[in-house]
Amino acid sequence: MSVLRSDGTQSVELAPPAVLVRGLSRRHGRGEQQVLALDGIDLEIAQGEFLCLLGASGCGKSTLLHLIAGLDKPTSGELRVEGGQPAVMFQDSALFPWLTVAENVAFPLEMRGASPARRRERVAELLELVHLDAFAAHRPHQLSGGMRQRAALARALAQDARVLLMDEPFAALDAMLRDLLHDELERIWQRTGLTVVFVTHNPREAARLADRVIVLSSRPGRVADEFTVDVARPRRIDAPDVSRLAGRLTDRLKEIIRGDTDGAA
Amino acid sequence: MATLMAQPKSSESVAPRAFAGSREPTQSVSRSRRGVVAPVLAVVVALALWQLIVWSGWKPEWVLPGPLPVLRRLVEELVSGEVASAARITLARAALGMTIATLIGTSLGVCMAKSSWVRNALSGLIAGLQTMPSVSWFPLAILLFQLGEESIQFVVVLGAAPSIAVGLVSAVDHVPPLLVRVGRTMGARGFVLFRRVIFPAALPGYVAGLKQGWAFSWRSLMAGELMVFLADRPSIGARLHFARELSDAEGLLAWMIVVLSIGILVDLAVFGRLEHTLRARRGLAEEH
Ligand SMILES: Nc1ncnc2c1ncn2[C@@H]1O[C@H](COP(=O)(O)OP(=O)(O)O)[C@@H](O)[C@H]1O
Ligand SMILES: [Mg+2]
Repeated sequence: MSVLRSDGTQSVELAPPAVLVRGLSRRHGRGEQQVLALDGIDLEIAQGEFLCLLGASGCGKSTLLHLIAGLDKPTSGELRVEGGQPAVMFQDSALFPWLTVAENVAFPLEMRGASPARRRERVAELLELVHLDAFAAHRPHQLSGGMRQRAALARALAQDARVLLMDEPFAALDAMLRDLLHDELERIWQRTGLTVVFVTHNPREAARLADRVIVLSSRPGRVADEFTVDVARPRRIDAPDVSRLAGRLTDRLKEIIRGDTDGAA
Repeated sequence: MATLMAQPKSSESVAPRAFAGSREPTQSVSRSRRGVVAPVLAVVVALALWQLIVWSGWKPEWVLPGPLPVLRRLVEELVSGEVASAARITLARAALGMTIATLIGTSLGVCMAKSSWVRNALSGLIAGLQTMPSVSWFPLAILLFQLGEESIQFVVVLGAAPSIAVGLVSAVDHVPPLLVRVGRTMGARGFVLFRRVIFPAALPGYVAGLKQGWAFSWRSLMAGELMVFLADRPSIGARLHFARELSDAEGLLAWMIVVLSIGILVDLAVFGRLEHTLRARRGLAEEH
C-alpha cells in the first residue's frame, strides 16, 4: 500500500497489513468425522486491498472468514487483525426482522454508544449511499433480496470497521442484480478505503472485483495459487480483460479440483 | 406487467390487482367472512345438539335445562351487572397470578437458556411440573396459606410459570445462530446480546409460551375458586359453586358459559392478537 508522507513523497509498506495470517489451521469435528478444513494458511492482506478468496464449495472459505471475524478459534497458527473487530456480511442478509431498515443500520452505532443525533445523521448518510433512503421505515421482509443485501451492507459499513468480510454475499441473487451490486460495492470500496475480504466460488465475480485473488484447494484447505488483477476500475464484468482472467481462474480451479480428487483416490 | 394484463375484464379492475398481490379485495372479504361463519356454525350445531339431548328426555329439565332458558339467564346476569362484578374479581386474580407467573417463569427461562448447568438441573423438574395437574397442589397450598387468596395464587402461579419458562427456553433454542453471530460481530455481548438480539428474536415463541401459560393459569384459577371460595368475594368460581349448592342448573350452565367465553376471549383477543401482530411485523403472517 502506498502512503502519502507529510514531505510529499510516497513510501510503500509503511502501514502494517490489515490482516496477517501465519500457519493457520482449523480442524472441525471429532474422531472419525474429523475434517482438516484449513491447513497452514499464510496470508497477508494490505490495508485498503480488495482481496477475493476463491475456491470450490467446502474448501474452507467460510471457516477462514469466521476465524478472521473472531467468530471461531483456530486449532493452531497466528492471526492478527488491525483496527479492531471486522464487519461481516453473509449470503443471508441476517437483518433483524423485528427492526426497520433504519433501526438495523443504527444497531452497530448504538452498540458503540453513538448519540441519537449522530445515529440519525449517519443512518441517513449510509442509506443514501446504498440507495435505500426511501425504504428506511420498511421492515426486512418487505424488501427484495437485493435490497436486503444493500441494507446489510449499510449496516456493516455503520460499524466503521477497517476491514469488511463478505461471505458470498451476492450468491443468492440473479446475475443482473449481482452485476449492479458489484458496481455499488466497487464504488463504496473506492470511496471508503476499506479493506475487503470477499469470499466467492465464482471466478467471474473474483475477476470483476479483486485486486488480488487467492485460490484455495480443498481437503485440506490450502493456498493453492495467487493472481494479481491489473484491470483498471471501474470495471465491467463483460470487459475482455475480466473475462480473460475469469477464464484463467476457472482453468486453475478445475486443475485444483482434479488434482484434489487424484490425491484422494 | 404485460402478461398480467392478458384477458382483462376491465383495465381498472386488473391493474390494482397486479400490484396488490394477495391483498385483492374480494378475496380478503370472503376469507374474513369464512373466518366468522365457521365458528358461528359450530356454536349453532352445539346448541342444536344440546337442545336435542334435552328434548330426548334423558334428564329432567330442572337438572339439564335447554339452551334457551340458560341463555335467558345469562342475559339476566349480564344485565344486572353480576357477570361484570364476578369477572372483575376473577380477572384481577388472573392478572395478578399471570404477572407473578410471568416474572418467575421468565427469570427461570432466562437462567435456563443462559446456563446449561441450570438447564440440566431444572429441565426434568419443570417438565414434570408442567404435566402435574395443578389441582393436586391445593391440599398443600391450603395447609400452607389456609383458605385465602394466597392459596389460589400459589396454584395459579405453579400452573402457569413452567409453561412460560419452557416456552422461553425453546424459543431461545430456535433463534437462528446467524443472527446471534451477526449481533456479536456488531459488538453486542453478554446481557446486551440477550436483550437486544436473542430475546427479540425469541419473542414470538415466548408469547406462545405465555398463551399456553394463560390456558394453564385459567384452569388452575377455576379449580382454585371452586375449592377456596371466600364469602365476601363472589368470584365466578364461587358463583358456580353456589349454583350447584342451590341446585340452580340454569345458573350453573350460564356461569359455565361465562368461564368458557372469558377463556376464549383472553386467548384470542390478548395473546392470539399479540402473537399475530408480532409475526405479521416480521413477515411471518399476513398483516391485517
Ligand atoms: N462446524 C463444523 N463442524 C464440522 N465440519 C465443518 C464445520 N464447519 C465446516 N465444516 C467442514 O469444513 C469444510 C470447510 O467448510 P466451509 O468453510 O464451510 O467451506 P466453504 O465455505 O468453502 O464452502 C467442509 O468440509 C465442511 O464440511
Ligand atoms: Mg461457505
